Amino acid sequence: MIAGLAAILLSQLIGELVVRGLSLPLPGPVLGLVLLLVVLLARDRFVMIARGPLADEGVEAVSRGLLKHLSLLFVPAGVGVVQKLDVLAAHGIAIVLILLVSVTVTLLATVLTFRLISRLMRL
Amino acid sequence: MKENPFSLWVNLSQSPLLWLTVTLTIYAITDSVSVATRRHPLANPVLHAIWIIAIFLVLTGTPYTVYFSGAQFVQFLLGPATVALAVPLYDNRKLVTTAILPMLVALLAGSITAVMSVILLTRAAGLPDEVILSLAPKSVTAAVAMGISETLHADPSLTAVAVILTGIMGAIVVTPLMNRSGITDFRARGFAAGIAAHGIGTARAFQVDEIAGVFAGLGMSLNALVTSFLTPLAVTALMR
Repeated sequence: MIAGLAAILLSQLIGELVVRGLSLPLPGPVLGLVLLLVVLLARDRFVMIARGPLADEGVEAVSRGLLKHLSLLFVPAGVGVVQKLDVLAAHGIAIVLILLVSVTVTLLATVLTFRLISRLMRL
Repeated sequence: MKENPFSLWVNLSQSPLLWLTVTLTIYAITDSVSVATRRHPLANPVLHAIWIIAIFLVLTGTPYTVYFSGAQFVQFLLGPATVALAVPLYDNRKLVTTAILPMLVALLAGSITAVMSVILLTRAAGLPDEVILSLAPKSVTAAVAMGISETLHADPSLTAVAVILTGIMGAIVVTPLMNRSGITDFRARGFAAGIAAHGIGTARAFQVDEIAGVFAGLGMSLNALVTSFLTPLAVTALMR
């Protein structure tokens, strides 16, 4: 389990280093995700990489554990609402309504485009 | 010497241990309620954990920075959890490669809609410029959105609140909205949840369906990328 966690942290660390070193406009963990995916794919090609947490499902076990409780990780940032009570008192209702409309429209725009293109591809 | 209860509280309320314990305990309760209601959208565990903890902080007069000294250990795991999305993505790689084209077009449609709609609506409502700029990147994951907000000289902590609100509302709305629209393709449903409602939408998608979760994770990651470029452009185009 520790080796699996270390492998994930290592991917993130390399991601952060590259992002900062080249000042890329993307988050370090996203590059870490790409890196870990490449390593997992490479493991199937080259047997010599399949060692430690990559051989015994260690990375897989830790990842599933983290993702199972993904929502918990947003609680601390959300509690930050206590710092913004003044803005919410002034514009709270407008902000909530606008965000609600925007998120609904975005959901529909994305899902309908996805369905349209995959239907066109089947023709 | 025996400490009186008041000084005990003063010491304890400053310690990370208390706030980490509060965060995990309240979430454990709201999550078990969510499970008990078979993941009903309105029993969203993030939403209920946030307001309960927020009320607790207000009642005890605890500043957010003190709370965060304990809660930061939870927030830290957001980075590793993003990396961990590689695993379900790897497990479903065949399914994902067949859907590349619909994903890329939907990504553009979704991220443009997310940024434009919020800028146009906040302007129409006559909100102050700082609020408009702070809300613009609200559909991407918190760390990225706060970075964008900083480059726009907006208020990153207001952005964080808008991000979480968007995520929670997206997670609540997505299932009934998709069911009512008759969309049964869990790839498309998940992808939309990730684009519109980042990690909270992704967490919701994983609760509903594994395939939806994979596509939500992809949507969230890709949107972080596109919105970083798009928001400054949209702001210059729409704010003059």
